[in-house]
Amino acid sequence: MTEPQGAAPLIRLRGISRVYGHGDAEVRALDGIDLDVETGEFVAIMGPSGSGKSTAMNVIGCLDAPTAGTYHFSGVEVAGLSRDQRALLRRHYLGFIFQGYNLLPRTSALHNVELPLIYKGLPRATRHALASQALARVGLAERAHHDPSELSGGQQQRVAIARALAGNPQVILADEPTGNLDTHLSAEIMEVLGDLNRNDGLTIVMVTHEADMAAYAKRLIWMVDGRIESDRPTDRAA
Amino acid sequence: MLWETVRLAVQAIFRNGLRSFLTVLGIVIGVGAVIAMVTVGQGSTEQVTSDVEKLGSNMLMVLPGQDAMEGGALGSPPPMFSTRMNDLLEEQMPIIDVSAPMSTTRGRVIFGNENRRTDVIGTDNRYFTAARWELARGRLFDATELKSGKAVCVIGESVRKQLFGSSDPIGEEVRIKTLSCEIIGLTRSKGASTFGSDQDDFIIMPLRTFQGRIAGNTDVNLMIVAVRQGVDTDRAKAEIEAAMRDLRRIGAGEEDDFTVMDMKQLATMLSGITDILTGLLSAVAAVSLLVGGIGIMNIMLVSVTERTREIGIRLAIGAQARQVLLQFLVEAIILSLFGGLIGIAVGLGFGLLGAHLLAIPFRPDPGIILLAFGFSAAIGMIFGYFPARRAARLNPIDALRHE
Repeated sequence: MTEPQGAAPLIRLRGISRVYGHGDAEVRALDGIDLDVETGEFVAIMGPSGSGKSTAMNVIGCLDAPTAGTYHFSGVEVAGLSRDQRALLRRHYLGFIFQGYNLLPRTSALHNVELPLIYKGLPRATRHALASQALARVGLAERAHHDPSELSGGQQQRVAIARALAGNPQVILADEPTGNLDTHLSAEIMEVLGDLNRNDGLTIVMVTHEADMAAYAKRLIWMVDGRIESDRPTDRAA
Repeated sequence: MLWETVRLAVQAIFRNGLRSFLTVLGIVIGVGAVIAMVTVGQGSTEQVTSDVEKLGSNMLMVLPGQDAMEGGALGSPPPMFSTRMNDLLEEQMPIIDVSAPMSTTRGRVIFGNENRRTDVIGTDNRYFTAARWELARGRLFDATELKSGKAVCVIGESVRKQLFGSSDPIGEEVRIKTLSCEIIGLTRSKGASTFGSDQDDFIIMPLRTFQGRIAGNTDVNLMIVAVRQGVDTDRAKAEIEAAMRDLRRIGAGEEDDFTVMDMKQLATMLSGITDILTGLLSAVAAVSLLVGGIGIMNIMLVSVTERTREIGIRLAIGAQARQVLLQFLVEAIILSLFGGLIGIAVGLGFGLLGAHLLAIPFRPDPGIILLAFGFSAAIGMIFGYFPARRAARLNPIDALRHE
């Protein structure tokens, strides 16, 4: 795999389709999507269920390979990569936040945050330092040795954000990050993400079905039936 | 990375401590059985060897008839030996150090309220030399006693213990059948032989006394021959066979009516029994190990299903398929190794117990222990591969959605 280069947009999708099944049972989850995301953007993807927003997220996150189309990540074609090559891409350039937090149970917050660093092959001391730093960034420095079960939902999601941050990714992909949280905690999480985007210049792509949360983003993409129906800046863009 | 994988595997195993233990029970039993058997087997082989050493590797037994070990041939009983034949053999053959004529039977020895069934042996002082018996107390027979067949005897330690307890047996009179016999000596204990037979369980009297008062004949039914140091046993055996044929006037083409047996033969025969037993139990152990392996495969499959979401997380944050495969494979191997280690400990424990009960030396075999260790790892690898591959092949998207 060649190193991604700077000049091109960070993410460039052209004619991306994702088709499940064959013949009559064929489902076109994505139907020829074109999308560019520049470094430093905060993009929210919305749409009714079944509109293909999660599939789009999976393709952008290299968890899934598109059926057709091209996907350039930092100028490098990644649509045709093998499973293991996509794993390497995720390891080094992408960070994930999920709706259900997806932390390892009975494993301390610190160790959860260290997890991607283990796969990066970093030595123990470096891992500890980076993981502690990431936890401090989301305001959980003093909770480092708590298990997920000892943390509130909001805290667990912040640990998940720290885990996504720890690997120093180029993009954070958030799939319904506030779906399991009440309004107050949701706002808290969105503040953290907004802050990371503003102050650390981190690129964020987020799927949500809540307009309130999408409002934290600078750009809103609306999807229907596997296509992008609208793509416009939000009020925050200014 | 590998160290992390090992640490992770150990954590996962101890997170479900009881389940892990029950999973490896098959391995524990299999490995334990093999280790225990081999340990006891080796101990008894060594015991047989040292017993033979004690008896004297230069010792031969001459018995009447063929196939003595099979309990005698059919038809008429074979002709017995005589004292004269024994003495002629000893005189004629320079390779013979000493040859003792013996006549034996089983009988009850009585003293006061105590009695014991034991080997009653008639022989002379040459027997003590040939069979390497030493006296703990008292004396051997004197010339008059041997010649006139006096009622005197030497007893073994087991007989002394039962009949006399803590009191001094020398000078006491014991009764065998109608014979009242004075104890003049006590042999030094040799302890139990390999297969638990008590070597100290006998009463010895002059051959004449035995023939006249116990057997009622002049037969000699066994000769114990000690060959001179440095003489090859096989050569001695052949020469004695030739001399015996001559003494017994057996013509060419006729079969021997006696058997010359050396102690090596006896040892080989006894070790053979141990080998068969070890083989049988090893087969049982192999089945147990197979079952143990299937148990590990089963629990690893359960573990993969339970941890589908964890696998999804790991894949999403950048684990490659082979890293997930390695994680589960290492876990299966370590699980199996734990079983192996416990099995080795249990096996050595039972081996020690067995050695103690059978009064044989405790001889753990480092080779077998290493082999058991390696074999456990191999079982983990073989039976852990399929579940691990299943984990590695999971689709990260589906795995993350798994409830």
